[in-house]
Amino acid sequence: MFSYIILAILVTSLATYSSRFLGVLTSEKINEDSKIYRWFNCLAYSTLAALISRMIFFPAGILAESEYFIRFMVIFISIIIFYLTKKNLVYPTLFSAIILFFLNSYFV
Amino acid sequence: MINLKYFYKGIVCSKKIDSPAIALGMSFIAIGALLRNLGFTIQESIFSTFLTYALPGSLVMAESMLIGVSLLNIFLAVWLVNSRLYPMTVSLMPLLMHKNQPRWKYYLSCHFVAVSSWLILKNNYEEIEKEYRIDFWFGIGTATWLIAIFSTVLGYYSADYLNKDMMMGLSIVNPIYFMCAMIGIMKTIQLSSAIILGAILGPAFYFISPEWCILIGGIIAGTIAFFIGEKNV
Repeated sequence: MFSYIILAILVTSLATYSSRFLGVLTSEKINEDSKIYRWFNCLAYSTLAALISRMIFFPAGILAESEYFIRFMVIFISIIIFYLTKKNLVYPTLFSAIILFFLNSYFV
Repeated sequence: MINLKYFYKGIVCSKKIDSPAIALGMSFIAIGALLRNLGFTIQESIFSTFLTYALPGSLVMAESMLIGVSLLNIFLAVWLVNSRLYPMTVSLMPLLMHKNQPRWKYYLSCHFVAVSSWLILKNNYEEIEKEYRIDFWFGIGTATWLIAIFSTVLGYYSADYLNKDMMMGLSIVNPIYFMCAMIGIMKTIQLSSAIILGAILGPAFYFISPEWCILIGGIIAGTIAFFIGEKNV
């Protein structure tokens, strides 16, 4: 029979696809100029922001083992790099990984 | 079937230098390594990214399996963290809907809805004629999806060479990239308030319910932002 791993993968993908599927179903009746579309657009951005901010404040997995102080320093430096490089997305992203790696290797 | 010209445009669009594909790739390397450490075979790891293709969902699955919870609990935990895909899909598909296109394209391509592909489309769809946007979307989706699968394989095989600090570095890339991308998007009052309120209310509701915080925080923040925006139009 199927192993626990295979079943877990299937269950995960089913749970994920269901939201996407319902999204298309709902979209069939929604016009992009309507108010309800703008509401959904707000919901999309706010849930995304909520998710990202949760990943930073209350991370899951290995990131949870990093110190709060170090994590906030990385975020702070990344935002400064983002503005200094005229809103370039590559530099803060690459530097964030490098800064976290070094801070964690040498100060913890 | 699929208009290849627009399909290629979508692929090329995903390969721009500051494309979210970088963050996507780096975080799926971390996922590949994580799955290996959990005892997945390479086939199972590929299968997982192939079928799920949503980073937080895979993370939740991995965490749940580590504790050894039931399949029903995995389903609920993944559903809650990935329910954001519902408003994301609704805010994307109406931009792609066209009466000349068959329905199956929409139900198949919704599998590609994830933060990175969604952002690429949102930033570029206006240049594409509406009738062919769905093919453009197929291009973006295929490109980002393949990057995720390839990175999972890369992560799986490099797991032995990645130490804990390196894994940590890879894991912060995703939230940092999307945090900066979100700051970059804040151009209208409606979007700015949706993003700022979401970023505050999401973690705030964590103290009430860690499982429901994204959903509840997101819905309240988005609804307030909607009304703020409508009043200021």
